[in-house]
Amino acid sequence: MWDYLKLAGLGLVAVCAAIAANYARDLAYQVNALTVMLAAGIAFLWVLRTAGDPRPNLRHEYFDSVIRYGAIATAFWGAVGFLVGVVIALQLAFPQLNFEWAQGYLNFGRLRPLHTSAVIFAFGGNALIMSSFYIVQRTSAARLFGGSLGWFVFWGWQLVIVLAATGYVLGATQGKEYAEPVWYVDILLTAVWVAFLIAFMGTLMRRKEPHIYVANWFLLSMILTVAMLHIVNNAAIPVSIFGSAQVQLYAGVQDAMVQWWYGHNAVGFFLTAGFLGMMYYFVPKQAERPVYSYKLSIIHFWALIFLYIWAGPHHLHYTALPDWASTLGMVFSVILWMPSWGGMINGLMTLSGAWDKLRTDPIIRMMVVSIGFYGMSTFEGPMMSIRAVNSLSHYTDWTIGHVHSGALGWNGMITFGVLYYLVPRLWNREGLYSLKLVSWHFWLATIGIVLYASSMWVTGIMEGLMWREVDANGFLVNAFADTVAAKFPMYVVRALGGLMFLVGALIMCWNLWMTVRAQPARVTQNAVVPAE
Amino acid sequence: MCAKPLKKEERQVKTTGHVWDGIEEYDNPMPRWWVWVFYATIVWGIGYTIAYPAWPLITQATPGLLGASTRADVAADIAAVDAANSAIKERLIAADLNGIGADPELAAFAERAGAAVFRTNCSTCHGSGAAGFEGKGYPNLLDDDWLWGGTMEDIHLTVAHGIRNTTDPDARYSQMPAYGVDGILDETQIAQVTEHVLAISGQDHDAAAAAAGATLYAENCAACHMEDGSGDRTQGAPKLNDAIWLYGGSREAIIETVTQSRFGVMPGWNERLSEDEIRAVAFYVHSRGGGE
Repeated sequence: MWDYLKLAGLGLVAVCAAIAANYARDLAYQVNALTVMLAAGIAFLWVLRTAGDPRPNLRHEYFDSVIRYGAIATAFWGAVGFLVGVVIALQLAFPQLNFEWAQGYLNFGRLRPLHTSAVIFAFGGNALIMSSFYIVQRTSAARLFGGSLGWFVFWGWQLVIVLAATGYVLGATQGKEYAEPVWYVDILLTAVWVAFLIAFMGTLMRRKEPHIYVANWFLLSMILTVAMLHIVNNAAIPVSIFGSAQVQLYAGVQDAMVQWWYGHNAVGFFLTAGFLGMMYYFVPKQAERPVYSYKLSIIHFWALIFLYIWAGPHHLHYTALPDWASTLGMVFSVILWMPSWGGMINGLMTLSGAWDKLRTDPIIRMMVVSIGFYGMSTFEGPMMSIRAVNSLSHYTDWTIGHVHSGALGWNGMITFGVLYYLVPRLWNREGLYSLKLVSWHFWLATIGIVLYASSMWVTGIMEGLMWREVDANGFLVNAFADTVAAKFPMYVVRALGGLMFLVGALIMCWNLWMTVRAQPARVTQNAVVPAE
Repeated sequence: MCAKPLKKEERQVKTTGHVWDGIEEYDNPMPRWWVWVFYATIVWGIGYTIAYPAWPLITQATPGLLGASTRADVAADIAAVDAANSAIKERLIAADLNGIGADPELAAFAERAGAAVFRTNCSTCHGSGAAGFEGKGYPNLLDDDWLWGGTMEDIHLTVAHGIRNTTDPDARYSQMPAYGVDGILDETQIAQVTEHVLAISGQDHDAAAAAAGATLYAENCAACHMEDGSGDRTQGAPKLNDAIWLYGGSREAIIETVTQSRFGVMPGWNERLSEDEIRAVAFYVHSRGGGE
């Protein structure tokens, strides 16, 4: 019965998508509608072929197949996102790479949101969904709630990514940074996210452990807050149900404030709280040490989620935003410093007593460097939010450097560590294919990040100083183009750093692939067992 | 909430007793320095929000004890610069255009002010070094090849009113016919004229075609570009007998120009710039090396 309902639903979606494609008012909408039609069609055939198959009772086994797909998707989208990043870094250094034949498709303006969405939502999002599913099942000693809901979350998320990415290249965008997907992609994303919340909450509710582990607090706060941010910031009215254009509900400085309330908390809850959840599970597991301080984890968790939500206005210093909002954004950002560092302390101190593992275990090394970059960028962030510093740093490449020391250093490195941890376990393999390759990846990525961040510091501060340089009569000394020309060598160094990071990630993909292909199998149990 | 760090041998921290998938948690106190720095930032934050505009109330926010306002700060900065420069700006407006260079103080001011105006408004087309964009129709302002004249008065007029724009009735204006598109000359004739232009500009050319082209040139082009190709500044007709080309001097580029004509437009700046700014930028351009 359930299968027939699914078939009817999928068939309806495919037909509606075909009709929408027929009446499409723009190319991006048409391509997106055809993609949805295709996806619904494939899902339809899949359900049709498996309808009526006997369902084994898996209640006492962890739902790991969706996590395996998540690991593959994380590695794949990571490589894609880093590659696009290297391309746009080169386009900035060598504008000739904005080829005439690719104008309107593959020029910097189209690829930039593709890069940010690919790394944050495709790479980071898949990493978060995959780890959430893994962590919540293990620490609850329960199978993921909702039957095949996990599959809906996984495939729905991939569909969101593909729709958003093809839309960007074809010109469909909302024009809001990190919230570029257009209205119908936003609606799909909301549905997927709510399913994610149900699967996660349901698993927590059927847990066999008396307490909820700290990692799950962070993951749940991420899921809830991102849902709220996404819905509020994307409130818009479509121009036509057959077109990709929409009109925002807010205007002017209110729109800017909502956008950066969203934008900063996307960093705060998606890239910080969510990834802290990953850290709180995988670092103690890999180090085989207890978490350093339970008290610290409680205090820094509540302080972090209370304070982060206020920090958005620091993106709008010295704009039409009223001074009072700007002050609050700055003050809460500075107070946020210690709560952010609470996570770093707990992560690093968990390793005390196991520091020798840094020498022998490149995965631990990756995690430590990741926590180090987390600490560095959560110090840099509050500093840059101070108005006087921001007047120099804002709109310069310093911001780009800051974001990347967080994204490449913290989010990237911890995700690599998690993938190295998970893949042998998910595929029941006897360890990784090559620890030496992990070391290569570690050094390439670390040196790449250092090149990236330091070149952006230099060029950002230089640019900020050039912009504000005035002569004896108070006239500006430099033309904007002068600053662009002066940045060229740093742009080349940045592209080189990005390239090293990309090569490291490709080595990882190869290593993980060979782990699954060539490593001997190992007998493991993935039965649901509560820890005593 | 926080305890003194214990010495190593005293340290026998227990776990909280919870276990999840093999993970335990120590019951360590929070690091003392962490707690104190956290408190310090909170105290600082309270103080800062008392000193600066911060808490929203019903009709407005708390103004802060220091009376700080970023908008007022910027307005004061601008007013201070304006006040410091107002006397010399008036001198610049009152000065004879050709006398600016003779007054060292005025010249130094006009140079700086003009440079700032140029970088903000002109460099988009003429390049931040004022060298133009050869072949794309943006003239080089560093050389002494002027389309509409290179004296202070000429440059001042060009900047103030612009060229071939539709907004300023006093804009400089002229239009070259599109000889090919409008059917004035056929393709052979255009090729012949082109050979003649190549000849007078001292480039490789087909002598026979150029000879035929000379007659066509005299009939169609010489009125503006002059018999010898020396151009006419009163009409903005470029010199054709030198190696400087606004839209390219190759055979293909000249054929394209003759066939389709060109229509370079420059905005009139008197709507956006004040008289002292126009004078300053005219002086800046004039003193780049090509001024007459």
